[in-house]
Amino acid sequence: MSADYIGEKNVAISGIGQSEVGRPSQQSAMQLTADACFKALADAGLTKDDIDGVACWPGDNNNGDAFSPIGPNALISTLGLKVNWFGAGYEAPGPLAGIINGAMAIATGLCKHVLVFRTITESSRRQTDKTASALNNKTIGRDSSFFWQWYTPFNVRSAINLAAMYAQRHFHEYGTTEEQLAQIALTCRKNAELNPNAVFRAPLSMEQYLSSRMISSPLRLFDCDVHCDNSIAIILSRKDIAQDLRNPPIRIDAIGSALNQPWSWDQIDLTGMAAIDAAEMMWRRSDYKPKDIGNAQLYDGFSIFALIWLEALGLCPKGESGAFVEGGSRISRQGELPINTNGGQLSGGRTHGLGYVVEACEQLWGRSGERQLAAHNVAVAAAGGGPLASSLLLVKE
Amino acid sequence: MSRKLPALNSDNQPFWQGGEQQTLLIHHCADCEQYFHPPAAICPRCNSAQVSPRAVSGHGHIVSFTINYQPWADDLEVPYVIAIIELDEQVGLRLVSNIVGCAPESVAINQRVVVHFVQFEDVWIPQFEVVS
Repeated sequence: MSADYIGEKNVAISGIGQSEVGRPSQQSAMQLTADACFKALADAGLTKDDIDGVACWPGDNNNGDAFSPIGPNALISTLGLKVNWFGAGYEAPGPLAGIINGAMAIATGLCKHVLVFRTITESSRRQTDKTASALNNKTIGRDSSFFWQWYTPFNVRSAINLAAMYAQRHFHEYGTTEEQLAQIALTCRKNAELNPNAVFRAPLSMEQYLSSRMISSPLRLFDCDVHCDNSIAIILSRKDIAQDLRNPPIRIDAIGSALNQPWSWDQIDLTGMAAIDAAEMMWRRSDYKPKDIGNAQLYDGFSIFALIWLEALGLCPKGESGAFVEGGSRISRQGELPINTNGGQLSGGRTHGLGYVVEACEQLWGRSGERQLAAHNVAVAAAGGGPLASSLLLVKE
Repeated sequence: MSRKLPALNSDNQPFWQGGEQQTLLIHHCADCEQYFHPPAAICPRCNSAQVSPRAVSGHGHIVSFTINYQPWADDLEVPYVIAIIELDEQVGLRLVSNIVGCAPESVAINQRVVVHFVQFEDVWIPQFEVVS
């Protein structure tokens, strides 16, 4: 540990809640959100009157867009919350930013219990418009975005086009193969078979993977996460208060949120992304080491991101993630480093960020049912691709 | 094939309109003598305001690429190639573009490429062709 003031060590996760994973759901975005929030409150043993902060990433920054239809403003009004602090916004280090911001609010003393949430309704949206999430639809008319205008004129229509170029470069530099990359999708599916809430639970074979259609080479259909309607809520509590609550506190031992490169998909390290910055920062703030990790929940919006996170977090040497996952045994539930034990986003559903934290906590608390790992106390959750990246080192007290 | 065109402003206009004179204009800092991309009014390395667009050779190589097969829209002709190009002028001077004029399956990392331009309205989009 080389950092000298680490406020997040005073913050713990005290409860988690997840709505149904619908494809699509018949419930409204707010119904899903409220369901997740009340489950999380009950899990923590708290009531809405205990909540004095609300955080979300990215929040409602686009008029109810399916990517994030509910923000803190709407939730505070709907649930009748009284808060000392609240915040959201896309411009942050990726899908875990709500937790990071909430932890900061507690570490500064602004709040005692922060309700962090993330709602997504991309499955409902796709019932009427399959191109709703395409990058070229982010702006009406000409692309006035400071960043996307450097991609959309070249018909970069989805982040997969950018992720695919990371994969192609990884294949070129390190000899990573499509059969190795397949192990991320196959491992996620094997875990999803034991997760009642997962979207896809039927067995997936290497043959099925290799014969699935190419979307953006070398990434195939099964390298893409699956859209869903879902909401997740996580209660962060000041650690000294959390000790008297219902669950053993899961401490945020360290946050990784650094960005030491441009906010860009092509001007950054193509096989390290911003993940290398976040991971390096996280380990600087902890006495734990990669070998201490009992479960790793790694972002798999596209499968290649999980390989890059494995290397960035030092869970395997740089360039060796392909060999590390080969055959799938090391990253299986029985292996030395189980990953994405709920099926990740590839098979579990694109909850987009907080699902990794939910599964890390369920495993630490021993509540993962059929897919439960042997008892352990340290987990890592990491989320984001390209310039979006952050990670959390979670320790059960 | 349709294109999403960029909204022009004083920072990006040289890049998107340089093709009218068949030149690829990349921003260059007079103080630290480095190119940078995307263009901006300030050099990201030394924060000098002494920056201006400068014509580059248009030659480079493919750092990475992807063949897009997914028909994201009805008017999109697939497959097509998106690539990250590194320009010869400076190590690490990269931009995203397309590789055209060849079979998509023949594209490979490290192939040498040269720029040419395709015009849509008042925008000249730089594209690259493989140099044999």
